Order: sequence, then C-alpha cells, then structure tokens
Amino acid sequence: MREVVIHVEGLTRRFGDFVAVDHVTFDVHAGEVVGYLGPNGSGKTTTLRMLLGLLQPSEGNARVLGYDAFRQSEQVRERSGYMSQKFALYDDLTAIENLEFYAGVYGKSAKARVTETVALVGLRELESVLARSLSAGWRQRLALAIALVHQPQLLFLDEPTSGVDPTARRAFWDLIYGLAADGVTVVVTTHYMDEAEYCERVGVMREGQLLAFDTPLNLKLRHIPGDVWEVFAEPLHEGLAALQGVEGILRVGLAGDHLRAITRRGTKKERLRRALLLENVDVKTIAAGEPSLEDVFLTLAG
Amino acid sequence: MTNERSYPETLIAVEDVHRSFGGTLAVRGVSLGVRSGEIYGLVGPDGAGKTTVMRLVVGALRAESGRILVCGFDVSGEPEQARSCIGYLSQRFSLYEDLTVLENIRFFAEVRGLPAADWVSRCTQILEFVGLLEFADRRAGQLSGGMKQKLGLASALVTRPRVLLLDEPTTGVDPVTRQNFWQLVIRLTSLPATESERPVAVLLSTPYMDEAARCGRVGFIRDGRIIAEGAPSVLRERLQGRILELRGAPLHLLRQAVRQDADVDDVQAFGDRLHVRLRSQSSAAQIDRLAAMIRSAGGKIDAIRPIPAALEDVFIDLSAGEHA
Repeated sequence: MREVVIHVEGLTRRFGDFVAVDHVTFDVHAGEVVGYLGPNGSGKTTTLRMLLGLLQPSEGNARVLGYDAFRQSEQVRERSGYMSQKFALYDDLTAIENLEFYAGVYGKSAKARVTETVALVGLRELESVLARSLSAGWRQRLALAIALVHQPQLLFLDEPTSGVDPTARRAFWDLIYGLAADGVTVVVTTHYMDEAEYCERVGVMREGQLLAFDTPLNLKLRHIPGDVWEVFAEPLHEGLAALQGVEGILRVGLAGDHLRAITRRGTKKERLRRALLLENVDVKTIAAGEPSLEDVFLTLAG
Repeated sequence: MTNERSYPETLIAVEDVHRSFGGTLAVRGVSLGVRSGEIYGLVGPDGAGKTTVMRLVVGALRAESGRILVCGFDVSGEPEQARSCIGYLSQRFSLYEDLTVLENIRFFAEVRGLPAADWVSRCTQILEFVGLLEFADRRAGQLSGGMKQKLGLASALVTRPRVLLLDEPTTGVDPVTRQNFWQLVIRLTSLPATESERPVAVLLSTPYMDEAARCGRVGFIRDGRIIAEGAPSVLRERLQGRILELRGAPLHLLRQAVRQDADVDDVQAFGDRLHVRLRSQSSAAQIDRLAAMIRSAGGKIDAIRPIPAALEDVFIDLSAGEHA
C-alpha cells in the first residue's frame, strides 16, 4: 500500500457559532490525484488552510507528509506547492524572470532547477515572453511552474483550470498525471464538477461536512439510485410536466435541448414513452445517459 | 397561441460584427440570432471574445463594423430604446449590502426610470417569482450566495426586459441553487406568449461546458470567431459512436497501448478512466482489437464501451480541426 501523505481525523473548525469544517476524516496516499469538491463556502478552503498550518483546528488533527500540520507547519509548507486560481504573476517580467523571482523567494535560486522546471511544463519556447502576453493556458502553466520550482512532494491546486481552453486544460491534466506518476501527491480543490472528474478520488463537501470520498465511478454507482435517460421530445416543457410525478421517476429536469431523467433502477424506458404520449408529447428518442458528479452531488445534498 | 406569435421572433440579431483593441481583433465577424423563448449559450475559453460580444450587445462597446439589433433597435443608432429592452446579470453584479432586498430592487427600478406606481407591484411580483418575497425586508448582506444571485436576477428583471443577458450566471454556486436558478430562467423563456408576459430571449456566456449543455442552442467561440453553432444534441452527433470509455489498470499503460492503433484519434485521461476518440464509428471488432492490444501489453481491462460524446469532446474536436 502506498504511504499515507495526508491523514485527517475529526478535523473541525468553528468560527463563533458557525461550523466551517465539521469532523472531517480522510487519508490521501502518495502519488494520488485527489479532488476536494464543493460549492463556495462549503469548507474547502478552510480545510486547506488547516492542512497548511495557516489556521488552527478547533478539534481533531491533521498530519501532512508525516508532520503535525499545525505544530510543524514550516516543514509542511517547505515541502508543499500551492497554485491558486488567482495566481499572481508579474506581467512586466518574462516567464523565466517570474520563475527566477519565485525560486528566489523559496530560497532555491539554482539556475538548473529553474531550467528544468521550464522544460517540465513545456514553457521553454516562451520563456522570454512577457507574462502579460501569454494566453490563459500558458499563464496557468507558468503558475504551475512557480508552484513546482522548489520540488514539492505535495501539490495543492485551487480551481487550476477554470476558464481555460478545453484543449489547454487537457494538456494541463496530462502534466499533473505525469507529476503524480513521479510520486507527487496532488490535491485539487474545486467547485467545478467537471474538474473533479479528472481526479482519481473525490471528496464531496457541503456545509462543512464531507459527504463522501471515493472514485468518480464508485460515487456514481453508490449514490445515484438508478438509471439516467436523455429524453428528446416536443414540446419540451410539456414533456417535463408529463414526466414529473410519474411512478419510478426520481428526478427530471430540462437539460438544454432535451430532458434528463433519473429513474429507479430497472424502470423501462417504455414507461417514460407512455407517460409522454399520454400527454400528447411527441417523443423523438429516449437514450441511456451518463451519470455525472452533479447527479451525485444533488442526491447527496437532497 | 395566436397566429402572429407562432413565428419565432429574433430579439437579438448580431450581424457580422468586428471589434479590435489596440490593433488586436477581439471579435472577427460574429453573427448570431436569439429568438424569443430561446436560451443561446456563447461558449468559449477566457479571451475568446465572449465578454466583448456581450458588451457590444449591451451597448457598452461599439462595433467597428457590422450591426446589432436588440428587439429591432440598432444598438448604436437607437441605444436608449435598445437598452430599455435588456436585463443584464453580470458575473460580478453589485448589490447594496446595507439595503434590504426590496430596497435593492427599488433602487434598480428607479435607476431604470420606472414610475413609482409601477415598481411596487412589479417588485412584489418579481420577488415572488424568484422565491425571495418572504425575505423582502432582509438586508442583502445577510443573504446566502444563492439568494444573492436570485436577487441579482430579480434586479435584472425589474424592467420586464424582453432580452436577458447572463454572464457565467451559475459559477461557484451550489448545484442545488444552480438547478433552482435554471428553473427560473427556463420559466422566463417558456411563459405563455400573452401581451403582458412574452417569453424572454436569453443570451448567456460561459466557459463551462456543463452550463453550455443547458442551453437550447450553443455557439462555440474561439479566437473571436464562432466555429460551430447548433443544439447541443446536434453538435454532439458529430462524435456519435466515436468516444469509448476505457477502465482498467495501469491507466498509463492502457493509454500507451491504444494510442498505437491507427483508428484512435486521441486519448484523454480522467481520474479513474480514459476517453478514447476514434476516427470513425466504433465497431465490436474494433473494440475487441483494442482489448487484445491492451492485454498483450500486460494491461487489465475492467470495462470498455461506447459512451455519448460530451460537448467538451466536440469543442476539442472542432478546435483540432481549426488548427489542422
């Protein structure tokens, strides 16, 4: 079994009467890519700040890389990298000057390491370009390089790919998987369901509580109580009304140009078709759909 | 439904619009139309030109060429009339935290020049619509994120706009809140076409594919151009049968193995699976062949099956075509 890099037990943080993080327990292993998923205000950042020793827990404890996250936070931070969604780059400096600057801040000015990091994130050809002239995707890679320049064993990424071109986003994740294969542990905090899909295991946070922690597949298998259908019908709104409240249909909603229904497992699509025809709704197609992490979240929150 | 209403009415018409900033073309020949009752998603990464198009439509920026009509009014020729048709919910809408919910709406109503006789009943009606009526006297600062967002929507609706512009409306909110918000928008676009309440036309901009998937029609924007347009299902048909989901271990080995196959166009890793994009429709023989390749490379397969394409797959496929 891989070594435990983060061990969190009963971690709790209160602000007055408000419980921001409520008895959270989980482990993360070396080389894992783990997601911490929840809407804004669900306790993700508070957890992260406790893991980095920036905030003291009200209860519980956290060990990170073998150190007590609060009493030995210096050791934790030396060995951790952090990339925020709102990373600060110096627009008037070139890519490599940005990197050299931050390397100096971390106390690692070794030229060789800077060059190596530039190569690692694929920035070599753009190293002399001013940061302000880089596209969103390249800025994000530069920010990653900055988080990596001191060779952390643990990498925290906060909504790393929000707003980035899907092509650039996929390339970014390939980099992350490469780092993980080399043993770096990656923790991604995000409120985007589709960003969480890139993680091997996902913790679902809501209102300070960790509702589940599992692989995306297992989350879908265990928490979605049935089958997903994509229903194409005309008129759509009448179709929605026709399916609401039908026996066996657990949830139905509009999804752009079609309806998305979750039925109790084993419910035949004929039942959907009949319910629609009964209300004179013209059925085009009913096809099996894919469960999403959003479905999981809605079920867990419901 | 009366006869004249049975014709779809284009409430937002953008015709071959160009706009540059300091010599760089941000929008290069964008055309789109949004009809009453329609939700149109302008979808693309940051910097693709979405926000510029939105700002051109609200009249905050002027187009260098081309034309924009809102409810038939030319945005540059008749800006007042055009603007009076628009409700705009920007990503960072401002609320007055010290004012109550009702006072906030009243403020927006007054700014937009609504006579007092009108706004009292109108505010009540809108607060009821968005589900905030019971919180009318609560200070905006005391509202949850989801309620604030509903108040933002209510403020945008106070003038009874026929055109609603939404800029990344559900970024960062709880999926439960997000669903409620979409139900409201969908209701606005599906209200019966009576004289007093016509269905609104919605133009939404977002970089997020899951938000895009909720629109009736989507325009993919990249480098200032719309590279594809259509209903999500029609766009997804491009890749029908061409995406395989592959689960097994070790994933990196599986990925290397299937990449060798001539029919495989692209392989994308996710946390616990791979998505394989094929050059043509998948067949059982092909799936068997891939499985055999993986096994002979020493990999283990848990599942391999065709799955519906996602909008993101389509966007990536289109972008690849653009560069080719």
